[in-house]
Amino acid sequence: MPTNLSARLCTLALSLFLIAFALPAFAGPFEDAVAKFANDEFSDTEEAIGVVASSGSPLAFPIISALQDGRLMADPDTKKVYVTGTDGKSIDAATGQPVASVPDSASAVRLNNRLRRSVDAALGSLTLQSPDLATRLQAAQSVFKSHEETALEPVESALAKETNKSVKTALGEARAAILLYMSDATEVQKLEAVATIKARGDQDALALLTGIGTDQPASVTKAAASAIGSIQNTLAVWSTVQNAWYGLSLGSVLLLAAIGLAITFGVMGVINMAHGEMVMIGAYTTFVVQEVIRTRYPGLFDYSLLIAVPLAFLVAGAVGVLIERSIIRFLYGRPLETLLATWGLSLVLQQAVRTVFGPTNREVGNPSWMSGAFELGQITITYNRLWILVFTLAVFAILLAMLRYTALGLEMRAVTQNRRMAASMGIATSRVDALTFGLGSGIAGIAGVALSQIDNVSPNLGQSYIIDSFMVVVFGGVGNLWGTLVGAFTLGIANKFLEPVAGAVLGKIAILVLIILFIQKRPRGLFALKGRAVEA
Amino acid sequence: MLTKSTHDIAASFSRRGVLAATAGLMLGLASLTGAKAADDTIKVGVLHSLSGTMAISETTLKDTILFLIDEQNKKGGVLGKKLEAVVVDPASNWPLFAEKARELITKDKVAVVFGCWTSVSRKSVLPVFKELNNILFYPVQYEGEESERNVFYTGAAPNQQAIPAVDYLMKEEKVKRWVLAGTDYVYPRTTNKILEAYLKSKGVAQEDIMINYTPFGHSDWQTIVADIKKFGSAGKKTAVVSTINGDANVPFYKELGNQGIKAKDIPVVAFSVGEEELAGIDTKPLVGHLAAWNYFESIKTPANEKFIKEWQAYTKNPKRTTNDPMEAHVIGFNMWVKAVEKVKSIDPDKVIDALPGIEAPNLTGGVSKMLPNHHITKPVFIGEIKGNGQFDVVWKTPSLVPGDAWSKELDGSKDLIGDWVEKKCGNFNVKTNKCLGSGS
Repeated sequence: MPTNLSARLCTLALSLFLIAFALPAFAGPFEDAVAKFANDEFSDTEEAIGVVASSGSPLAFPIISALQDGRLMADPDTKKVYVTGTDGKSIDAATGQPVASVPDSASAVRLNNRLRRSVDAALGSLTLQSPDLATRLQAAQSVFKSHEETALEPVESALAKETNKSVKTALGEARAAILLYMSDATEVQKLEAVATIKARGDQDALALLTGIGTDQPASVTKAAASAIGSIQNTLAVWSTVQNAWYGLSLGSVLLLAAIGLAITFGVMGVINMAHGEMVMIGAYTTFVVQEVIRTRYPGLFDYSLLIAVPLAFLVAGAVGVLIERSIIRFLYGRPLETLLATWGLSLVLQQAVRTVFGPTNREVGNPSWMSGAFELGQITITYNRLWILVFTLAVFAILLAMLRYTALGLEMRAVTQNRRMAASMGIATSRVDALTFGLGSGIAGIAGVALSQIDNVSPNLGQSYIIDSFMVVVFGGVGNLWGTLVGAFTLGIANKFLEPVAGAVLGKIAILVLIILFIQKRPRGLFALKGRAVEA
Repeated sequence: MLTKSTHDIAASFSRRGVLAATAGLMLGLASLTGAKAADDTIKVGVLHSLSGTMAISETTLKDTILFLIDEQNKKGGVLGKKLEAVVVDPASNWPLFAEKARELITKDKVAVVFGCWTSVSRKSVLPVFKELNNILFYPVQYEGEESERNVFYTGAAPNQQAIPAVDYLMKEEKVKRWVLAGTDYVYPRTTNKILEAYLKSKGVAQEDIMINYTPFGHSDWQTIVADIKKFGSAGKKTAVVSTINGDANVPFYKELGNQGIKAKDIPVVAFSVGEEELAGIDTKPLVGHLAAWNYFESIKTPANEKFIKEWQAYTKNPKRTTNDPMEAHVIGFNMWVKAVEKVKSIDPDKVIDALPGIEAPNLTGGVSKMLPNHHITKPVFIGEIKGNGQFDVVWKTPSLVPGDAWSKELDGSKDLIGDWVEKKCGNFNVKTNKCLGSGS
């Protein structure tokens, strides 16, 4: 103990002496490396990561993981480096001794992308034997990506001890990746590695096999080429599945945006150019709900969308009823005037929102259950798109049931089919008109809640959907909800299969041309309503 | 005052022919008295969209000029006169830009105009500024290939943003494969043409370049992000150079984040994404993606900290962000003030001749200089997106980069220079020693 103390006193004196020269020369290479974190130079940080990771010191893991999370603090004046723990306690990174507090002059060590990759690689080999299953799996994946020779030994020792099947596979793949790129691996080892990577069969595997270079034995190059071919074939099949999924997803967005219009335009025959602004109002309602939740009840954030849906319906629906009562009811049967009036109204609404909320985008967050993605075979399905598809179908089903089984639905259909007859049967047609318009607007508001998850919440939100919505309704057949459904999904899928071939711009043009041609042939859309329904 | 005169015009249109003539006479008188009133103030035109699609970006620039005029007036104005802003709203409507510019110059008699964002709006007002001989300060990074006598370009030319960014990716990230993704209009198309030529001159093969254009406001990025992922799995380090504009960025970055494309695998460097655009998204999944600009709010210099403090006090919003085009306006405004004070006149001809050579400090610690080609010298920074929506500068050019009006990478323009001091020409061919003349 006394020797330890005197040694430390000695170091203290030495460091006091050295501060004058700003030369942080401590005892060993590990301490030297740690001090380099304080230089705020990316090249020094990279060197330090390498030395620390391979030092075998028990401090290596806390230091590197703190670096990754931005918890590694360095003081540029004293060249001291600290690790702040997640519990708020801090230690001196060079010695591991606890410190009372990190000085204010210290700031987090900065990273760039190159360093983030080194950190990942270093953490990968350090956490291969972590007790946590997910961490081990992630570690194996990052070793697979970085495939550095130094990681071979840790991978092999981890592989020997591993019991979990999926981690074992991942480790095997990581080992194969390292061997494939190692210059002194034998031909047999490399051939085995190619086979293992081929079995993995995803885009990462493809990347690895394509990048092996030309300095390999001929048999390995040949095996790799055939593996690349077979992976590409499988991926081509999957890419068709992927396009179909993207088409469904785009179709669901189109359907959601158009479904309200299918009621106001399709059922009532009102050319409502302000439909997009109802969507926008729904999106801004979501924003307001989230703002209130963020400031008052942060725990409820994951439920914000569920709260926003009924509110958006009410707000947009009320605005819709107001518009119908104050403007549209005077313009029935005069489509041109309606078009101009609602278009003007859309500009007024946009500018009103711009004045109240400002012209810039507003942040609407994704609840945790709507962020991220999962892999299904070789395609990535994002949760937000999946939930929107489910939500759209639910809205569609509810709306259909409402029109079919409720009194209001019956009245609506009656008024649409024959206004005068309905009136003489005692239905208050003007009340039904207002409610129908309110319903269409309210559903547009609900669409706004969902669209706020994938698009900008800005005053221009509505504009980008209005043309697509009209296209869907006209294509599907005016006055028919099923037509809207089929129309939206047809357009979505056609668009997504055209896009990879023709590009996004040409794809969109091609779709428009196809619709124009289609309308020439069938002016009333896919599913034309028969009989006297379309009066005007 | 402005609304009143607009009302006058509207009224004059509604009257019949004979009366309209009288009204026109009255208007003429009104503008005469207006000219008289201009004796005690100098009018500065602000031509930025306050409504429509571009309002998201341009409204801030209008506020910036109002703020700068306010500050200048506190210091006593210019030439002993107060500055007075004349704000008009061209409503993101390109032909309206030309109309409003004409109104500013002929009716309001402004001494200078600060305005425009998109290249098409600039092109739309060019003939007006030429015809009526006035001055436009254009603050946005653009595709280059232009040098006009009446326009001063304070934003970045491609060699002050795109080329250094690509150099950074090549050197620092060892990128070998490139996706050039942009919105389908003139700025991305020209920039990508320049970049493609530059990359090929650096030995990048055709099959390692993927070019992709999307419509304005594109919101369904699933296919393109999946394509980028696929393109990136060819065993070579891949990066995306994004000239995606405006609103389309938010869904693009959201899709990147959701599909799990991390900056350390495929970094995206953007030329049109700044602090304002990031305000609409959760940036945690985007940490490490890059942007190339000549200014970042997070740069710690005394000048920048002072500017941010005063700006937030002026707007009464402690969270109000600052961005690159704002800094361009700050530099441009200060240059104009210096030039006016140098020649002691607001006469456009004199000011235009005085501006080249004028220096003004930028907010990041250097001194920018107006060049004979009407572009300025600027530093170039590469910033990484941080979790809080700000940028962390990871690289910068060692010195200020002079802006090239004509790209050296394109066959059509590599022999051209703009020089309004000696050659009095915006497109002088140094090979043939001839000025190609107007008509850009």
